[in-house]
Amino acid sequence: METIKNVSVSEASFSGRLEGFEQQYIDLYKQYHEQIKQHSAPVMNVSRNASFGLFEQLGFPTSKLENYKYTDLKESLSGEYGLNLNRLKIPVNPYEVFKCDVPGIHSYLYFVVNDGFYPVNDARNETLPEGVIIGSLSKMAEVHPELIENYYGKLSCTKKDGLVAFNGAFAQDGFFMYVPQNVQLDRPVQLINIMRSDVDFMANSHNLIILGKGAKAQLLVCDHTVDDVRFLSNRVTEVFVGENATYEHYKLENTHTRTTNLSTLLIDQQASSNVLGNIITLHNGVTRNTIEIDIDGENCETLLCGMVIADKKQQVDNFTSIIHNQPNSNSRELFKYVLDDLSKGGFTGKLYVARDAQKTSAFQTNRNILLNKSAKMRTKPQLEIYADDVKCSHGATIGQLDETAKFYMQSRGIPEKEARLLLMYAFTGDVIENIRIDALQDRMKLLVEKRLRGELSKCEGCVICQ
Amino acid sequence: MNTTNNNQSQTLTSPLLERLGEALLTIKNLHANINGKEILKGLDLTVRPGEIHAIMGPNGAGKSTLASVLTGNPAFEVTHGSVTFQGKDLLELAPEQRANEGIFLSFQYPVEIPGVSMVNFMRTAINEQRKYRGLDQISATDFLRLMREKKELVEMDNKLANRSVNEGFSGGEKKRNEIFQMAMLDPSLSILDETDSGLDIDALRIVANGVNKLKRPNNASIVITHYQRLLDYIIPDFVHVLYDGKIVKSGTKDLAFELEERGYDWIKQEVEEAP
Repeated sequence: METIKNVSVSEASFSGRLEGFEQQYIDLYKQYHEQIKQHSAPVMNVSRNASFGLFEQLGFPTSKLENYKYTDLKESLSGEYGLNLNRLKIPVNPYEVFKCDVPGIHSYLYFVVNDGFYPVNDARNETLPEGVIIGSLSKMAEVHPELIENYYGKLSCTKKDGLVAFNGAFAQDGFFMYVPQNVQLDRPVQLINIMRSDVDFMANSHNLIILGKGAKAQLLVCDHTVDDVRFLSNRVTEVFVGENATYEHYKLENTHTRTTNLSTLLIDQQASSNVLGNIITLHNGVTRNTIEIDIDGENCETLLCGMVIADKKQQVDNFTSIIHNQPNSNSRELFKYVLDDLSKGGFTGKLYVARDAQKTSAFQTNRNILLNKSAKMRTKPQLEIYADDVKCSHGATIGQLDETAKFYMQSRGIPEKEARLLLMYAFTGDVIENIRIDALQDRMKLLVEKRLRGELSKCEGCVICQ
Repeated sequence: MNTTNNNQSQTLTSPLLERLGEALLTIKNLHANINGKEILKGLDLTVRPGEIHAIMGPNGAGKSTLASVLTGNPAFEVTHGSVTFQGKDLLELAPEQRANEGIFLSFQYPVEIPGVSMVNFMRTAINEQRKYRGLDQISATDFLRLMREKKELVEMDNKLANRSVNEGFSGGEKKRNEIFQMAMLDPSLSILDETDSGLDIDALRIVANGVNKLKRPNNASIVITHYQRLLDYIIPDFVHVLYDGKIVKSGTKDLAFELEERGYDWIKQEVEEAP
């Protein structure tokens, strides 16, 4: 099998003369930015230098930053990761490697292998409703520049965030989806991010999703890793949800413990739109999800859910931010964590209600179970309310499994292990209930149960893993 | 003092002992602590198949502790004595094993378990019991039929069965749900811990009715109660008075009437005056 070793950072750009992890990428960009641009689209290059400048200024985030205090990237951001700046073909056919293990989901299926969109090779996708465009962001940016230039980077470029800036400098491709006005996708769209490499490897991809007025779409993003090397993915997704549109975003992570998964999801909601986000981490290494939802119209509905099951030394930090800029919208947030062994969880629930966003109702819940004394959870509700006629609440709990409930079950003949499992499963139940794709909900119930039983230690869907 | 009381209870029960044969449950000189404090201080009790034993006594006497110890609640520590259930050393068994051997506790305060549906809970319990006894899993149709039958027995609302275990149930519904679970699991020894507390007369009658309908020659019940009222509905073969961690007096159901009339002071006095 052909390897991609020849594009690793060390051989491409430097030979140990620089110490800082950051500096190697700064130098890499300075030396290779022309090549980076050459292998991307003009629309994506417009803001590239500015993003790089911002990154130079900000650097990679450390836990000293308020927004990153629960994310420890020290170990992740060390050593070397290869990059594929020249867009060499990755020797893998995801359509063969990946067998989706959500039976009956009948999705439109797409792959991003590392940081590049994999050419569509599935007859099922030919039946997309008229006007819907799904494909490689860099390719589509050349075919439909007028469409993409109005949106690309509009949510991400202004973010004072080192990871987002780094992505702006290095991302060359990603997933693009456009659903025109009043078109409703009849089946879910599934995007599988697969990490595949023979050497430690980094991927920066940028996804862009645009829903016109009254459009409707469900996107399921699955993160998988294939090889036993260190992976670092830094992905930014921008989503524009038009008036009256309905968008559901499911993110399901099932990666190995040597993966660092950094993901930023930025959603803009126009009036009367409805957004559901459900961010599920079943198995991982180090994960940071930044989710920011801007409510820029009246009468919006927003439901953001998430769930984490972690053990060993896994780390998951969900940093969420819901911003009510306009009146009369409802948002609800529900995150649940089950942490075992030496795992660490973090949750931030930032809620901003602007002065004009009267009649906002916003509720936030974060509940966590620690299964032993060494697991750690940090949670922080952060409410900033400038309007005076709102209903807002938040609640966070960290606790153990209910011993009285466990004994009650045992006294009915249910063994302790099974009772614990039932309690943990029940605990995560309301997050799973908020999956509106039936086939996915059924599958998640099973996967969560397996995960809690300790039977799911890596991604099941990949042929290579089995 | 100890011997006097033991003799008393033995004279009362020995004719029945011969008639009914082998004991289902034998408790001998049971001592138990919670948080280092001794609650049970040498309790003896024998229960045979077909019998209903009522245990009465003032607050703090150890009635609920007895129920907890018999079902294996980890908060309690047995320091001395033995409990034999159907020939097995009960104290050696985990709570779930005791349950699967046929012991059932109707909790004084049934526990709410949000997110676990009654159906799932009962199906798991039934199948664990069957597994323990070497039987196959129950079929879906048999399970539904069983649920329907037993719900009718305690006149339980269909809606309750579809909800999470005890979540949002009223006090009466919770107690009814305990008897429903008892009917589903068909225990050989059921312990009803203050099942009458918090019940109105109608609910009390329904709950007692359920218990009576489940009575058979080969199973037995221990009914823990404060009040004689419940014993109008569930007629006991024996009434015991538990005081300061021991059974200090045993008798027939007439003893319950006497207690209702005279309170516990005379018993306390008797105990204290005994040599």
